Amino acid sequence: MKIDKNTINKIARLSRIKLDDKESEDYIKDLNSILDWVEQLNEVNTENVEPLSNISSSILPKREDVSKDTNSSEEILENAPDKLEGFFAVPKVVE
Amino acid sequence: MSKSSLKQTLQDLESKKISIRELNQDYLKRIKEKENLNVFIHFSEENVLKQIDNLEKDNSTKKLKGIPIAIKDLFCTKSMPTTAASKILENFNPTYESFVTQKLLDEGSVFVGKTNLDEFAMGSATNTSFFGNTINPLSKENEPLAPGGSSGGSAAAVAADLCLGATGTDTGGSIRQPASFCGVVGIKPTYGLCSRWGIAAFASSLDQAGIFSHNVEDASILLQSIAGFDQRDSTSAKVDIPNYFENLDDNLNGKTVGIPKEYSIDGTPIEISQIWEDAIKVLEKKGVKIKNISLPHTKYALPTYYIIAPAEASSNLARYDGVKYGFRSDEINSLDEMYENTRAQGFGREVKRRILIGTYVLSAGYYDAYYLKAQKVRKLIADDFNKAFKECDFIITPTAPSAAFPLNEKQNDPIKMYLNDVFTVPASLAGLPGISIPFGKDKNNLPLGIQILGKHFDEQQVFNAAVSLERSYE
Repeated sequence: MKIDKNTINKIARLSRIKLDDKESEDYIKDLNSILDWVEQLNEVNTENVEPLSNISSSILPKREDVSKDTNSSEEILENAPDKLEGFFAVPKVVE
Repeated sequence: MSKSSLKQTLQDLESKKISIRELNQDYLKRIKEKENLNVFIHFSEENVLKQIDNLEKDNSTKKLKGIPIAIKDLFCTKSMPTTAASKILENFNPTYESFVTQKLLDEGSVFVGKTNLDEFAMGSATNTSFFGNTINPLSKENEPLAPGGSSGGSAAAVAADLCLGATGTDTGGSIRQPASFCGVVGIKPTYGLCSRWGIAAFASSLDQAGIFSHNVEDASILLQSIAGFDQRDSTSAKVDIPNYFENLDDNLNGKTVGIPKEYSIDGTPIEISQIWEDAIKVLEKKGVKIKNISLPHTKYALPTYYIIAPAEASSNLARYDGVKYGFRSDEINSLDEMYENTRAQGFGREVKRRILIGTYVLSAGYYDAYYLKAQKVRKLIADDFNKAFKECDFIITPTAPSAAFPLNEKQNDPIKMYLNDVFTVPASLAGLPGISIPFGKDKNNLPLGIQILGKHFDEQQVFNAAVSLERSYE
């Protein structure tokens, strides 16, 4: 078994998602079955194969080096759940 | 009910046989009648009427002036909220317009509403939406069917004739599979043809916008409208967009079609193999050379996809932290607690599953074994297609391994659900254009789709083959 209680807690922590015990149990089961299934990729010989990260065949064109003011802070803050004096507001970080 | 095509409607508007207002009122009426299908996450009659008022005051000529279009609720729109079918974006009102929807607005189209989808486009049945299932309009009474997914709302909107076209996005089959399930046309163009700017990101190396429509001609008109270079998307391609509609040519004489043997898989219903054979026979009669080809790494496409897509999703969805927009949990005694509770309460089960798996395959010690391995296999899959396209002009396969399945079919096994994408995922990994067109029915009279794949940026060939098959089927 690749994923145990400790591993799922670690991944959940890295993902910043709180899981209750029932969810942890379910995800341990799901993730193990998915990881067992993707294991079949080990059958494929990938020696000397370059990893493909971008399928786009086009060359990235350069843009003109001019600054543009496209967003105002007001617009950016418009959807914020909490804001204060032109900033995003979050719970207190330091005492 | 005979459905008007976009092409016909444009002519009727031009000749003043019908006004923009009359046309849209007809669609508004149907949308209200079909509310039970749960096609739209956001629909406001007032908003539609306001758009009509504005168009009536506008004297300029526009290509899609007055045409009712439905928008998948993954595209940011200024005039309507955008949720990605997630609680975490429940109250999000974009302050900007996506590239694709801006193009449609510039051409004068009317947005009838924002359509339902699987949460963040993760699913194959439109059953992971925070806003409930969409029902396939082809369902019989008391036997609701899934519309496919993730763009199930858009496919259903076209199938129920609630619009003349709809936008979708396709990461591993999210346009083609629901098109097949709902009996409509759906095209996913080449990766990079349409800008992804303003589309909520799922898996950035795979996501691509596309179109649903009643027929291939309409799809060719609409795709041209949403394609084009955009410097705000670094993967957007600077290519000339041909006039797909003007160039449509159903004469395929002398072309070669590739038939990949790996797409004959055990357990595929006989009717699906049958329509595939029928389509090949039709092409043969039209003078198309039939070439048996091999795409040897096909069986590895799904496991490759289910490493790459969740990995990219875990990274893309890190932005939903309850700080900048959307939902924030009430239980926030510390910053970390705010993140963890917001994401626990804001994301649904499938989204969390994919974030967790993606985080795992990217984590220290596992990156090489999973993510890097998958990227290498992806290269082999793309190479298979490159090689095959040296011997053929286009490829045909079935779109999905089944017709629309019952809505209530228990989908507790994630891998079983993932198998819905078996025929669509390989082309996604290779970034190729693909279309699904209705081509035959199963024993329950449900539509089945044929998929046509083309070379990079050869959407014209894909449309030509599709229109040729469509005309011989009608």
